[in-house]
Parts: sequence; structure tokens; C-alpha cells
Amino acid sequence: MGAPLLSAVQITKRFGSFAANDSVDLDVYGGEVHALLGENGAGKSTLVKIIYGLLQPTSGELRFMGRKVELAGPAAARALRIGMVFQHFSLFENLTVAENVALGLSTAEPFAVLSRRLADLSRDYGLPLEPAREVWRLSVGERQRIEIVRALMQNPKLLILDEPTSVLTPQETDQLFITLRRLKAEGRAILYISHKLDEVKALCDTATILRGGKKVATCDPRLETAASLARMMVGADIGEIRAAAGRTRGTARLIVRDLTLDPDDPHGVRLDTVSLEVRGGEILGIAGVSGNGQDELFAALSGERASPNADDVVIDDRAVGQMSITDRRRLGAAFVPEERLGHGTAPRMRLSDNALLTGHASAAMVKRGFIDRTAMLATVDNTTKVFDVRKAKRDPEAVSLSGGNLQKFIVGREILREPGVLVVAQPTWGVDAGAAATIRQALFDLAARGAAVLVISQDLDELEEIADRIAVIFHGRLSEAIEAAAVTREALGLLMGGSAAKSDAGGGAVGAKAGGKDLDHATGA
Amino acid sequence: MQLVLERRAERSTAIAVASPLIAIALTLVTMAILFAALGKNPVTALSVYFVDPLTDSYSLVELAVKATPLIIIAVGLSLCYLANVWNIGAEGQFLIGAVCGSWLAVKTQGTDAGFWVLPAMLILGAVGGALYALIPAIAKVRFGASEILTSLMLVYVADLLLDYLVRGPWRDPNGFNFPTTAEFDPVATVPILIEETRLHLGSLIALVVVAVASVVLGRTIKGFEIKVVGAAPRAARFAGFDADKLVILTFVISGALAGLAGIIEVAGPVGHLQPNFSPGYGFTAIIVAFLGRLNPIGILIAGLFLALTFIGGEQAQISIKVPLDLTKVFQGILLFYVLACDSLILYRIRVVSSRSGAADGIV
Amino acid sequence: MGLFEAIILSVLAASTPLLLAAAGELVTERAGVLNLGLEGMMIMGAACGFAGAYFTGSVIVGALAGILAGMFMSALFAALTLGLAVNQVAAGLALTIFGIGLSGLIGAGFVGERIETAPHLYLPMLTDIPWIGKIAFGQDGFVYVSIALVIGIWWFLYRTRAGLILRAVGDNHVSAHALGYPVLRIRTLAVLFGGACAGLGGAYLPLAYTPFFTPGMTAGRGWIALALVVFASWRPGRVVTGAYLFGGVTILQLHAQAMSLPIPSQFMSSLPYLATVVVLIVISRRRGLAGSAAPASLGLVFVPDR
Repeated sequence: MGAPLLSAVQITKRFGSFAANDSVDLDVYGGEVHALLGENGAGKSTLVKIIYGLLQPTSGELRFMGRKVELAGPAAARALRIGMVFQHFSLFENLTVAENVALGLSTAEPFAVLSRRLADLSRDYGLPLEPAREVWRLSVGERQRIEIVRALMQNPKLLILDEPTSVLTPQETDQLFITLRRLKAEGRAILYISHKLDEVKALCDTATILRGGKKVATCDPRLETAASLARMMVGADIGEIRAAAGRTRGTARLIVRDLTLDPDDPHGVRLDTVSLEVRGGEILGIAGVSGNGQDELFAALSGERASPNADDVVIDDRAVGQMSITDRRRLGAAFVPEERLGHGTAPRMRLSDNALLTGHASAAMVKRGFIDRTAMLATVDNTTKVFDVRKAKRDPEAVSLSGGNLQKFIVGREILREPGVLVVAQPTWGVDAGAAATIRQALFDLAARGAAVLVISQDLDELEEIADRIAVIFHGRLSEAIEAAAVTREALGLLMGGSAAKSDAGGGAVGAKAGGKDLDHATGA
Repeated sequence: MQLVLERRAERSTAIAVASPLIAIALTLVTMAILFAALGKNPVTALSVYFVDPLTDSYSLVELAVKATPLIIIAVGLSLCYLANVWNIGAEGQFLIGAVCGSWLAVKTQGTDAGFWVLPAMLILGAVGGALYALIPAIAKVRFGASEILTSLMLVYVADLLLDYLVRGPWRDPNGFNFPTTAEFDPVATVPILIEETRLHLGSLIALVVVAVASVVLGRTIKGFEIKVVGAAPRAARFAGFDADKLVILTFVISGALAGLAGIIEVAGPVGHLQPNFSPGYGFTAIIVAFLGRLNPIGILIAGLFLALTFIGGEQAQISIKVPLDLTKVFQGILLFYVLACDSLILYRIRVVSSRSGAADGIV
Repeated sequence: MGLFEAIILSVLAASTPLLLAAAGELVTERAGVLNLGLEGMMIMGAACGFAGAYFTGSVIVGALAGILAGMFMSALFAALTLGLAVNQVAAGLALTIFGIGLSGLIGAGFVGERIETAPHLYLPMLTDIPWIGKIAFGQDGFVYVSIALVIGIWWFLYRTRAGLILRAVGDNHVSAHALGYPVLRIRTLAVLFGGACAGLGGAYLPLAYTPFFTPGMTAGRGWIALALVVFASWRPGRVVTGAYLFGGVTILQLHAQAMSLPIPSQFMSSLPYLATVVVLIVISRRRGLAGSAAPASLGLVFVPDR
């Protein structure tokens, strides 16, 4: 094996008094795929940004091919032939693929030469791209190809990938793995950040696990089980969700019938004859890779977008398809959107004002056009108490709360209104484990009290924990809902990628005419 | 080593309070330097500008008279700006309001009309300004056209319309060919509040406008909607607030207030309609709105302060021969400093070593 | 000189200051900054340009003075909006009011004075060609500079790496920053360039258009130049079309007055402004779903997290 290609030695990074990385050691060798595992907030992104020169370590050093290096910025990292593919793309929508690639390279290569090399290389590695195409026309998976190809164009010795499969279908993931294995065979080193244990076990030779900023272990994931890896990642067990035994399911409280809706922006997804039904006392989960119509579905359910027909959406027997979100709230519906800051709350406004944001629909906070600050503050205090929201003062600005606490506030403010129907998107995304547990328990308990709860989530673990039935959304179409107890992850994964579920997995496939056939080609994935 | 800007976790209330004072202090220092550069004694000059007008009752009344249109217009503008609607055409709405109200005055000239004339004129002025403001509002909501540019272009159109009317159809036949209407009848004139002074009803109206706006913005749901739409548009949509309707509403209210100010000015201190009766109140009101932090009480104070600079400028022109343009310079500098100091409410300045300079990025 | 030739010449003269200012503002906006202070920068360019030529007798010095004045003004703007993350609309307005006032102070002493205006090109044989000779080969330096400027800007934006980076910054300053590009530095340079062009455009007025300085002589041209950039969909070639169109409308109303059409002169004078409003509405309407014509981060504040 020889000397490591890259060594991080006792890397520490502090932001104020908070240590994002604490004396972390990491060795990456050429010809291996090295996983970096950890929960949200464990320090993976920070460490990797240090390796790429985006951040400077507070203490510790980096060694590349045995020599100590100090990276002033990404350009220095690129000069050492370290390439990075970020989770959030740095792309320019109105520029072409070739222009985007050129911008990501520190090169004096003439543009025409670069375009041609780009086309050839991308095709060669199985990730074809058209140089002259504008980025806004491309799908998410194609956009990621730009990021990867951009890194490959520099012939990297070390390639870092941050959660690359979070935006890919299972089939695109397979293609990515083929590419990565080829890169490994070429002698390059790959640093692969993920929280998906099955992928890591399938792909990686080594895994370093971070927790709370510290390195807890380095191991061979092929020899571990998913459970043992998870235990190392998470540490102590999080309390199990109490299954509400014998939760009775009442009448259908939220019904969507053949909803077809064109997107209002060019990058949006068209909803195509979406139908679903959620009964009182039940939690329906909608799984799917982000970008398959979840946002559009949420907007149609909440009323932020009107549906073509009034009876496309029915809440408690009322046809609400053309009703405003305020009117739907008055009927006892509540909504929690995916984006906390800017959508769920006004970031620079106080929590009491944000309570009014959704609370004004009810009579308590607004009397004859005048707002009642006492009622607003009461909501803040109640939510804080019941949901354990940690904050610096009684009524701070929304932006000053941590992700988990803000999410608890947002979910809490809705649940405290005892809605009959709750629609929530990505309830625990980017939220620490403790807050996530609180939120999921609250959703569970709300359903137990007779409400109909719809959870849209990318996190299959979450849905398997709390949902009674699960449906999958893909390219704006919704599959039949399957009983959670009867479904397998493989079946869900296939549905998420657009293929028909195999007949023994139960339930129907997306848009299938005959059961059991593989419809990849028909859906044009 | 370099200076960088860093977002604060929360607004700094200390700076929020101190900022206008710091800005004023900095402006005075800069002005002192400018006076010295023009060869005038800085202390004398500053005193003529800011202190003298406060010492005699005539100037104090002038203060109120000049501040009135500024305050009325600026309150309307603050509603727009809070909603992120950039109405730059208040000057045009001001002029059109004056024109619409004056129409009635000219029509009833010399007839024995009753007391209804003035109230009707004021209403016409407000409606005229509101309708004129509707043009950029609809252009924005229906067509996505930048309200900054449309409202601005319409200022020039309004100015030219006024010019045409006053030189043509509405010109006083007994006026020796001067481009002006005849003096308005007493029944078409804004009543004076204190005998033998120029203090007129408009100032009271300004106070009422400030009070009403204060209540609406601070205590009503409509005021809340306006603030949310400007601060977080997607959250506003999530709250069920209709952004388009608010764009139109704030533009219409702003236009109405500007139009009202216009007819009050013409039917009050000026007494007749003539071209260029406005020394740019519509634009100065923008400064007043920012200076007053888009808050009605703040605007009241800022309006008085800026009126002070106008009067000071006029007096300085006479007593120490300082050109009138200096007032504009002063106002521009004041706004610069206010904006600069206000940015420190949301951000702080840090010195960082260049090693962790531009490369320390997000994502 | 035929009427056609006279009209074209006057259109050229009316359009050149618009073209200069709009071209500079286009670069500024392409980098993502909206500078509403164009009017203030132009009038300062006029005042300082006149002063420069008056004291030295040289039009070139005047032009340089105008350029420097514009850059000084735009530097103030950059310090506020890029250095202190101040709202760009407010800062631009402050700049305009300040500029109008300051130019009045500077120019006060020059009212009534005259200078030699910029000489016109004369190439024997070429300039004497009937119809187009004077138009193509008989202009003053400003006109040729304005055309060269637009060509240079086009080449810079679309054929150089630096121009690509500038366009990227205007499209998505977050991505540009993540890739390590100095967003604020690039924007500052773009703003300074815009100021220089605006100053030159303003200087054109006393140095070539009329031989005087009058307070407020820009008469709203800065605002029209702003509208021009939108009209041109932020593309250099279209700025030329737009500038000549607007210059044309201005001349048209002058000639209509001369021909004693029974239309009030004020209506004719209002035509350019009304035309801008109509154009703005039509242009904004056409954009629709085809991606954004405007630089996507135009006017947005950029403060990188640390």
C-alpha cells in the first residue's frame, strides 16, 4: 500500500467555542474508496472543506504524498490534483455546460479545446454531456455530471464526493458506482461522504466514522453490519418510537383525486393524475428523491397553488381545490413546508410574528383587523414548553435558532392548533437526532388523536418508522400506497427510480398498465 | 489584512438607536469641511443652517409648512418600501394630484361655490395620485416591468402635462401671459390654522397621517402583511398573503398620499397652479423615508429635519452666499451616512488575516 | 446637407451620451449590481468635463476629467453597496441627488462660459462622400469611442475568460464565491467601469453636444440609459439599437415641433419617456418561461458567510 496519498493529522477547526472538527486523523490511499461516515453535524463537511482548501484548520496539518501542505484556497488544492464534487452544486444556470466547466477549472486551455475534451471525457466515463447546452435545461442528475466531469477534467489524484447519491435515482447511483470503481482501478483515491450505510458497504474499502467532531473509528465496512456501523455513527440508542397500538382509522379526511397540475416555473415538475387518501388516525408517507414533484404537490395541498378543479383536493368532505391557504387553515388543516427559513418562517422576524404567520387564520390572534400580541406570545411560550425549543431569549428572531429548534417551533406551532389534517414536508431534514425524535413522536401522537397526517420525506428510515402506508412519487406521478409492514426497501427504491415493483413486493407500480413489467424505458428516466 | 463584513446573529438594538445620531454627527462634520472649502466659517455656516431657523417663529412655521408634504409623501413611500415595492415616482403622483385637484378649483373659479369645493379638491387630488400610481403597479403585477423605471419615467410625463395645462388651457387670462392659473378662490384654498401665519391645515393632516400609519403598521394585520411580503415573500405566500394585491394596495395608498400632498401644497402655500411649484418634494421624500427608517414617527422627525435643511439652505444663500445646490449635497451625504450606519445594525466589520480571506466560502 | 443627413447626424449626437452610459451600466448589471446613480454620475461627468476643458483648453483633458468624476462617484456607490451591503436602490438615489447637487456647486462658476467643442474627424475624400460621408467619417471622437466601447464590451463578455467570470458572478454570486472567485472585487471593478462610462457620457454633453454647461443639463438621460439596458436585454448589440432608437425619438419630437404640427410640444417631449414605459412593459412580458434574461443575482446583496 505504501504511504498514504493524503493525511489529515490532528485536524481541529473551531468556530468560536464550537469545535466542528476535534483532533481528527485521516489517511487516504491511492486505489481505494474511503468512506467518511457520520450524522448531520458530525463534521464531515468541515473536514472535507479543509482538505479542499475552503477552510483553514485552527490547528493540525495536512500532508500530501508525505509532504506538509498549506492550502490557501481551492485553487491550491486543484493544483495538487485534488478534486471535489459538492453536495450543493456551484453552477450557473444561464451559462452553458462548457462555460460552467471552464469556470470550475483554473486553466488557460482555449475554450474550443476544452469543449471538445469535455464531450469526449464525459462520454468515455459514461456520464455524457453536451457542451453547448444551457444548464437550466438539465435535470438534477445531469447537473451533477457537470460537477463530476469538471473534477475529472483535471485528472485528479484524489476525488472527494459529498453525498453524491442524495439527488440520484437508484439506477443513476449504479452508474455512478461503475464510474467510481473505474477511477479506483486507475489508481486514484476517492473520499466518499455519505450517511447511506448500504451504499458504503457496497462500494467502499475503508470507512472513517466521525461523531460530534471527533473520529471514533476506522474500519472495513465490508466486514461490518449496517447496524454496527450505525451504532458507531450514532452512539447511544435513540428511544424507539412507541407504536400506537390499535390506532383506529376513521374516515378519509384528506383526499386528492386525479390531480393534474402544470408547473409554474420552467424547472418544475408536472403533477400527473395524482391520487391519494389519508384517513383520520393514519400517517401516509410519500417517499421519493427530491425534485420529483414533492414541492408542487405540497403547494397544491396547501393552497399556495390552486388546483384546476375544486374537488381535486378534499379536506373533511369540503372541496378545497380552489380555496386559499388561509381558508384551508380555517377548516382545520395545517402545513409545514420543507424550507424552514424563508418559507416556513420569515427569518428576520421574531417568533411571535412567525406565530402570526400561520395563526392569523384563526380568530384568536386577529380581532377585527387588529393583531393581539398577547395571543402571539402565548403561542410562542406554549410551543417552547411543549416541544422543548431551546433559544437565547423569550422572543428571538427566527434565524437565531438552530435548525432542530426552529423545526420544533414550526411543527409545534401547527400541532398546537390541533389540526384535523397535517401535511408536512421533510420533517426532520438537517435536524439533530434529539429534535428529530421529538418531532416524529409529535406527529405520531397527533395521528393517534384522530388527525390525518401526510408526511413527504426523502428519508426512507423515517417513513418506515412512522408511516402506516407509503406511496412513492416519481416524475410527478404517485404510486399506490402500500402498507408499511408489507413493503421492502428494494421495492421502494425501484419505485423511486421509476421501475415497476416486482409483483411479490405487493402494491402497484407508477403508471403501470400490466403488473410486474420493468418500465424504465417507458418513463424515460 | 483586510476588512470584511459579517452578518450578526441578531439585529443590534444599540446601533439601531445610535445610528441616525451618528449619521447626523458625521454629516455635520463633513459639511463643516465643505463650508471651509468654500471659504466660509464652518461654525457660522452650520449655525445659519441648523440653529437660526429654530430661533424665530416665522422659520418655525416654515419648518412645518415645508415638512408637511415631505411627511405625507414619505409615509406613503414607507408602506411601499416595506413591501419591497420601489415607488420612485412619488414626484409624479404629487404633481398629478395637484393637477387633478386644481381642475376643480379652476372650474369653479369665480362661481359662488360652497364649502364643499376644498374637500372635493383634496379627494380629487388623492384619487388622481392613486390612479397615476396604478400604472406602474399594474405594469409590475401584470407584466413584470420594473416599477423603479416605469414610475420614474412617469414623473417626466406628469411634469410635462402640468407645464402644458398651465401654459395652455388653464392659464389665467388676466395673468399677463405668465404660465400660471389665477389665484384660487378662498373656498378653494386650504385654511390657515394660526392668523397671520402660513401654518395651514395640511400640517394637521400630516400628523393624522402619521398617527394612522403608525397604528396600521404596528397593530393591524394589513400592516403585518406589508412587512412580511417585503421581508420574506415566500413566507408571505405561505401565510396566505397576496403579494400582488399588496403591491397594488401600497402603490395606490402611496399615490393617494402623494397626490393629497400635491393638492394641499398647491391650494395652500402656493395658492395657484404653476409649473415647477415643487422643489422636488417627491424625491426628497424618498430620503425622508429612509432617514425615518420606514417608520411613521421616524419619518415625522426626519421630515422636520430635512425641512430644516431646506430653510437653512435658503437662509444661507441670502446671508452667507452659499449656493442652494449645497442643500442637495447635504441631503445626499446625509443619506449616505444613514445607509452606512444602518448597515451596521445587521452586519459587523471584522479584520481578518488574508490567509483565510476570499477563499473561506460557503457550501 | 440634405434633411436626411441632418436628421441622422442629430440622432447620432443625441444617442451617443445614452450609448456611453448604457454600455457601462450594462457591464455593471451583468456583474449583478444595479446602479441607479447614473444620472448623478453623468451630471458630474458633465460638470467636471467642462471644468477640465475650460481650464486647459483641451477636450481630451475634459473627457478624462469626466471619466474620473464618474469613477469617483461610482467608488462612493461601491463602498456603500459592496463594502457595507447597503440597499442598492437607496444608495443609487442618494448618489443621484448628491451628484446633482455637487455638479451644481462645481458648475455654478461656469454658467455662461463657452469652450471649444470636440473637433470632428476629417478624412479627405471619405468625409466628402455624399449622404454617408459625414455620418461615417465626420464624427467627433466620442462617437467613435462609443462604438468601439460597445464592440470591446461584447468581445470582453463573450470572448474572454474574465468576461465569462463576470457573467458568472452576475448569474449566481453564491456559486461564484464557492468556486473561489472574488465576487466583491469583480463587482467593484464593474461598478468603477460603469462610472467611467457614465462620466464620459455626461462629459460629451458640454464637450461636443453644446459648448456650455447648464445645471441639470443631463435632463434625465441617466434614467433613460437605465431603461435602455433593460430594453437591450443586457446584450451589447441591442444597446446600440436602443440608444439610436431613443435618440431618434428625441429628435423626432423636435422636428415635429418645427413642422408646427398641431400637437402640444410637451406631448412630443414626453414621447421618449412614454416610449420607455411601453418598451419596459413589452420586454418584461416577453421573458416568460425561457429562462431569465436578466442577470439572476441583479440587485441582490452579497455577504459571504464566514
